[in-house]
Amino acid sequence: MSSLVPVLASVTSIFSHSFMRDAFLAGTGIGASCGLVGYFVVLRAQVFTGDALSHVAFTGALAALAAGFDLRLGLFGATVAVAIGMGLIARSGRADDVVIGSVFAWMLGLGVLFLSIYTAGSSGANGTAGVSVLFGSIFGLSAGAAQAAALIGACVCLGIVVIARPLLFTSIDEAVAAAAGVPVRVLGIAFLALVGVTAAETTQAVGALLLLGLLAAPAAAAHLLTERPLRGLALSAAFAVMAVWAGLALSYEIPSLPPSFAIVAVATSTYAGAAAWAGKVRARGNRMMLGSDMESGLEIAR
Amino acid sequence: MWSSLRALFAYPFMVNAFRAGTIVAIVSAAMGWFMVLRRQSFAGHTLSLVGFPGAAGAILLGLSSTLGYFAFCVGAAVIIGTAPRPATRANYRDESAVIGSVQAMALAMGFLFVSLYHGNLNGLTSLLFGSFLGITSGQVIALLVIAAGALIALGLIARPVLFASVDPEIAAAAGVPVRVLGIGFIVLLGVAVAETSQITGSLLVFALLVLPPATAHVITGRPLLGIAISVVIALVVTWVSLVIAYYTPYPTGAFITTLSFGTYVAARTVRWASDRSRSRGAAVVPGAAS
Repeated sequence: MSSLVPVLASVTSIFSHSFMRDAFLAGTGIGASCGLVGYFVVLRAQVFTGDALSHVAFTGALAALAAGFDLRLGLFGATVAVAIGMGLIARSGRADDVVIGSVFAWMLGLGVLFLSIYTAGSSGANGTAGVSVLFGSIFGLSAGAAQAAALIGACVCLGIVVIARPLLFTSIDEAVAAAAGVPVRVLGIAFLALVGVTAAETTQAVGALLLLGLLAAPAAAAHLLTERPLRGLALSAAFAVMAVWAGLALSYEIPSLPPSFAIVAVATSTYAGAAAWAGKVRARGNRMMLGSDMESGLEIAR
Repeated sequence: MWSSLRALFAYPFMVNAFRAGTIVAIVSAAMGWFMVLRRQSFAGHTLSLVGFPGAAGAILLGLSSTLGYFAFCVGAAVIIGTAPRPATRANYRDESAVIGSVQAMALAMGFLFVSLYHGNLNGLTSLLFGSFLGITSGQVIALLVIAAGALIALGLIARPVLFASVDPEIAAAAGVPVRVLGIGFIVLLGVAVAETSQITGSLLVFALLVLPPATAHVITGRPLLGIAISVVIALVVTWVSLVIAYYTPYPTGAFITTLSFGTYVAARTVRWASDRSRSRGAAVVPGAAS
């Protein structure tokens, strides 16, 4: 009981700061949407797309800053537009490697250009803008921005829940889904648009460069632990939200850890833990199957 | 025009920038051609990002950033190369999620190292986006030696790698050591990436590694011609970008990426138009369209 007191004290001290409350509010919405969207991103093997969108987020944000607009306008506008565009270009809504790679190489170059235009124009006062877009600044969110982030996160979650069933069908067997009358192409594009919104959201928390950690790692961990879609979705969202919470608390306790590093570190460790656990379970399963495996092995050898 | 170009080369730093740019363009274009053929652009991208924490960590420990780039890029290449190969689509899916997570973790670590290094934000920008215009003669020589070694090694394994990339099953059946070659190639790719990173920064390596080779693949399927086209595009793009960057206040990386992307789009457009007209011409003979 006495050991609980300091823990409680530190929890109350965390929530006594308004910037921490805002960070937790925004982080919960962002984590949940990342977990749900990420589950399908991993299932549909579109991690590369998420990566490309993260670079687009960087460029969009800096373009808006360089042009004198609100950062979020550029962020959401660019990611959603590019996500839909990629869906339209690629046949059947799955963009291919080289096209994505090309788009994002160019996007990054443009981002650097906008960064230099912006920092040259703003007399060094906003010299850290580039860094905060790249690596996030969740502690710097205003109360309004945090509420907006939480609200958008909730909308993304709702959107995923609405299209979850047909999307799952399409992701597992596209041809059969199309034959059954599921609008495969429209669904793929709508999903990419949701990925775009999520990427823009997450950029505010952990930055354009690190958002893949929150999008891919919790989802990949969930895929390792269960094959069942509903349980996987829930697990993925839970992992992502926990990663954000734990990361925020860690970086509050150890001020030299940037929050975005802490969040991504927790998310990646979750994946590593899940991989170790899944490996152990598989090894146990293999040992039990060894007898039958050896028989089939002998058959192949013959 | 000519005299202004001569003025450009009056500065030693511009001469070094051109020398380094030339070396880097040749290595990345040649290596990138195989990378695009092998569909390993995601892995190449990861290698380039892994260089960032390497360099930042080396600086934090008081070592040279070159050491950090090579240690981390080659180390990561060995890990990616020796990791179990994906056999099915489900495995490929897991692999890309792992690579994505590793990428984010690498960048996060780099960011941690830079912020532990008492937040020198200018250093951060040059690690990420490169500093084409501050290269010493010593660095040029180091780049040249490593580039020569990597290209010779690539030349030695080029034929079997080509065979193994185009049809791994048949190559394996013909006795080509597909797996060993894969590891060897990705280590070479790591070297090329580390080399390029020092000049273009971790985030823009991709522009020279993917775009010129992808353009070459659109233009021709023939290996030698394709590699030559890829190298020529990379060289022209690098040189032109350096000249533009010299006369404008904007960073070289922005021009390198924009020019190489423009070339790629142009090649795709021409290809698309010629395919269209050919298929329209061939429509008279049914079945000849493909």
